[in-house]
Amino acid sequence: MPATAEAIVVGGSAGALEALSTLLADLPDDFTVPIVIVLHLPRHKPSVLPEVVAAKAGRPVREPLDKEPVSGSMIYVAPADYHLLIDQGVVFAFSVDEPVNFSLPSIDVLFESAADVFGARLIGVLLSGANADGASGLKAIEDAGGLAIVQAPEDASIPVMPNAAIALCKHARVLPAAGIRAYLLRSAGCGEATERKENHDR
Amino acid sequence: MHDDTFDTELKLILEAIYLRFHYDFRHYSPASLKRRLSQAMQRFGCRSLSGLQERILHEPGVFPELLSFLTIIVSEMFRDPAFYLALREKVVPFLQTYPSLKIWVAGCSTGEEVYSLAILLKEEELLDRSLIYATDINPEALRKAKAGIYDLDRIAGFSEAYQAAGGRTSLSDYYTAAYGSAVFDKALRKNILFSDHSLATDNVFAEVQLVTCRNVLIYFDRALQDRAIGLFRDSLSRKGFLALGAKETLRFSDHAAEFSEFAGAERIYQKE
Repeated sequence: MPATAEAIVVGGSAGALEALSTLLADLPDDFTVPIVIVLHLPRHKPSVLPEVVAAKAGRPVREPLDKEPVSGSMIYVAPADYHLLIDQGVVFAFSVDEPVNFSLPSIDVLFESAADVFGARLIGVLLSGANADGASGLKAIEDAGGLAIVQAPEDASIPVMPNAAIALCKHARVLPAAGIRAYLLRSAGCGEATERKENHDR
Repeated sequence: MHDDTFDTELKLILEAIYLRFHYDFRHYSPASLKRRLSQAMQRFGCRSLSGLQERILHEPGVFPELLSFLTIIVSEMFRDPAFYLALREKVVPFLQTYPSLKIWVAGCSTGEEVYSLAILLKEEELLDRSLIYATDINPEALRKAKAGIYDLDRIAGFSEAYQAAGGRTSLSDYYTAAYGSAVFDKALRKNILFSDHSLATDNVFAEVQLVTCRNVLIYFDRALQDRAIGLFRDSLSRKGFLALGAKETLRFSDHAAEFSEFAGAERIYQKE
């Protein structure tokens, strides 16, 4: 596990929004690692994802702009009709190149560029989906020394994407969405995950 | 994905391209450039960037193909209809006050945006008194732009965008369908000058009232973006307009203070 992750990149497609809701529900204030999300989106339509995710996470969610620095405590989502990349200087970059794995934005494009910039200080999370986009990106994260996490196929609404990643990534941690959340909070040094549970039990 | 050797070879091949072919990619955004060059390695069957470098230096015909690979920008007519609507409703009233207009479409690629603009200007009765400079560094893209011929299967999407952009008639009024292609009306391009121009190495060539440069700057690093935006500033007349792509902003540029936001959401700026 990377000692200090500087960023978390998350990818998903069909069925991923549900998992994302579990993952991001009311993140504690001391969770400051930036999260960058690519979900497959319909073309030529403004995305409503920022509003949807912000409502779950209880913190600001934005589509970034070109050359915007990646900042702590922020959640960013890729806009429709662009590939989203992380570039040197830890800023966002975009491209309007051809779709990758029939996807624009593509998860592989974000993951591979992030692996290149963050190396071992990166966590990649791949959620439910119906195609194989993201698998080779997650492998690139693993190869660069970062940590790969895959939503457990039995926990995913559509397991095609998780299965493709598990087949490719030897060291991936396979966890249900709730387990991924707990893992991310622990690795960021937040004790809140367990406290919250105790509160509910009381 | 990329190791230190790749990064070293990347610097070398960009230097080689600059020295041998005078195309300057040294200040392109590394993330996109690495991705495109990795794909080019596969396409040309090279195991390393050094291998690709040897081929472009020693095999005629390889570089032009690589150039297309590195520079082609996938565009569509009336991409982001809200932008064209803002151009029509907010910018055109200003443009109508000029007796003659010069417009620069920087990085026109295969021409979809140029024809979109020409159609909009025609419908606003501005085309006859306009001169549009459409520039790009890729000769193959310029050739396609000049021809104005697009696959018929792309036209349904273009038509939908044209309508959403406030089109006054039907897009089919502007092209003839033949053999699976849509051939755009020659009259649209009688005031369009297509020419080779590099935002990385060339300079200002005319005074213009509107610059559109959409989804081109995203491929540049900050330094090259600043160079390009400096060219636009020097080229624009006072209170001239600069239109960028939906995710592009002047916020992080050294030239930010020289422009004001005119239509913020549509990324239209006005020179101070």
